[in-house]
Amino acid sequence: MIWNEKSECMSKEEKKQLQLERLQDVVKKAYENVPYYRKRFQELNIMTEDIKTLKDIEKLPFTTKTDLREAYPFGMFAVPEDEIIEVHTSSGTTGKPTVSGYSQKDLEIWSEVMARALTMAGANKKDFIQNAYGYGLFTGGLGVHYGTQKIGATVVPISAGNTMRQLEIMQDFGTTIITCTPSYALYLAEVAENEGIKAENLKLKAGVFGAEMWTEEMRQEIEKRLNLSALNIYGLTEIIGPGVAMECEDKTGLHIADDHFYPEIIDPKTLQTLPEGERGELVLTTLTREGMPIIRFRTKDLTALRNEKCSCGRTSIKMDRITGRTDDMLKIRGVIVFPSQIEKALLKIEGLEPQYQIIVTRPHHMDELEVQVETSEKLFSDEVKHVEEAKKMIEDHIHSELGLRVNVSLVEPQSLPRSEGKAVRVIDKREL
Amino acid sequence: MKLKQISIFLENKKGRLWKALSIMKDAGINIRALSIADTSEFGILRLIVPEPETAKRVLEEGNFVVKMNDVIAIGVPDKSGGLDGILEILNKADINVEYLYAFVAKRGEQAIVVLRTEDIDAGIKALEDGNVTVLSPDEVYKL
Repeated sequence: MIWNEKSECMSKEEKKQLQLERLQDVVKKAYENVPYYRKRFQELNIMTEDIKTLKDIEKLPFTTKTDLREAYPFGMFAVPEDEIIEVHTSSGTTGKPTVSGYSQKDLEIWSEVMARALTMAGANKKDFIQNAYGYGLFTGGLGVHYGTQKIGATVVPISAGNTMRQLEIMQDFGTTIITCTPSYALYLAEVAENEGIKAENLKLKAGVFGAEMWTEEMRQEIEKRLNLSALNIYGLTEIIGPGVAMECEDKTGLHIADDHFYPEIIDPKTLQTLPEGERGELVLTTLTREGMPIIRFRTKDLTALRNEKCSCGRTSIKMDRITGRTDDMLKIRGVIVFPSQIEKALLKIEGLEPQYQIIVTRPHHMDELEVQVETSEKLFSDEVKHVEEAKKMIEDHIHSELGLRVNVSLVEPQSLPRSEGKAVRVIDKREL
Repeated sequence: MKLKQISIFLENKKGRLWKALSIMKDAGINIRALSIADTSEFGILRLIVPEPETAKRVLEEGNFVVKMNDVIAIGVPDKSGGLDGILEILNKADINVEYLYAFVAKRGEQAIVVLRTEDIDAGIKALEDGNVTVLSPDEVYKL
């Protein structure tokens, strides 16, 4: 099922023409209504008439998280405040939060792209969608909520947390689609197993998982343990929230709603635009947003764009699963390490809970990477040598994935913090 | 006769041994023998208890990783050279001892030792052939 065949399956030429018209419009509105953009355009001597082709977007300045923070709270709004009918903020884990303001039309766009995303997960009017993303300033909860209502499916607005209640409702209501972070999905599976709830007795058919980075191996683990199809959703508060991109059943990348959000990939160091297929930082421009247009936002997310034909029939450009962030990239003894690589290695080991924590220290001016993993009955033995072999086996798996020796510590089960939202995987104790 | 032993993974962290033993106490389980293998990073607590299944269950409920396996309990003459004679038997049979530890309680003139060989059946056979007293679980729990 495709929610909006006209928009999602339009020809490439038609799409390009639409994108260009919308880009010209949003650049004009940003210039006229947002003092920040007017100033930046003037500094770079850019006239709105300079945007004659899509390629001309490269003349425009980038917008960074710092720029948005400096405009806190409402400096980026392009319409009078009385036309803004909803605000959200980013989590603010790295400083002041950034604010996102939505006009009536913006909320309609958000509902539309979320309806497309949920339809990709097989949602229709008959579905019960258990929405375990947090409701509130975080965009996850309300984004899914609006999309579900647009489709006419039933939303169960349970929000994040309260795992026993999640499982109870899931059984009693016959939930067919669950939406939450992938780490919470695994935690739900773990608690369900402990409670003797069998996945095959649940009615779950799909899960819409996002708001944090995850791996293909984690998908397989979730699919096996919750007996559903696990799909990857992407979005960010600065642009609109979830629904910027979503995977279809083909599971070979996420379709970007590119009639509303224009994607580019840049080299985060040289800031040059990279050709299709090359991995770099994702940059997004809102093409239709009215309340808060954003030009060339640097997402810090690392991915690549693919313009190949998809088996689902949608023509929108696809992006790869996010494999890292320009800012959670760790450099250990000069080697670039992403937490997702460690997760990938751990998921290859049978009998290991995919819960882990990475601790980076720098004793004697040398980086040390410790990976804490929970031991299990399968890894444990009455003999020291066998436990040490298990530890070494995990270290070898990580070594072959990273090309770097790490120290694995076995910890007791349930001793690593479980997260109901975004999991904290890395503790960097180095003073850099 | 094989004897059931339970092993518990202990993180090298203050209070973990106490926590495991508190769980035993709360379940009313009396420990007959124990040993701890310690490394710089973790420990393995090994216990002989009369109700190994119950002990395993309550420890797992307390989030410990527990493994149950077979060991051999033998009576050893409580005098100089008592254990030496037994190890000689195993050595001659080319059987490797992984670890061993002793009971506090005695059985008449015999000390009780818990032995773990790689191949438990081969270990029992060699010991019995050498006329060593291999104890049954009932005999051990009655001590």
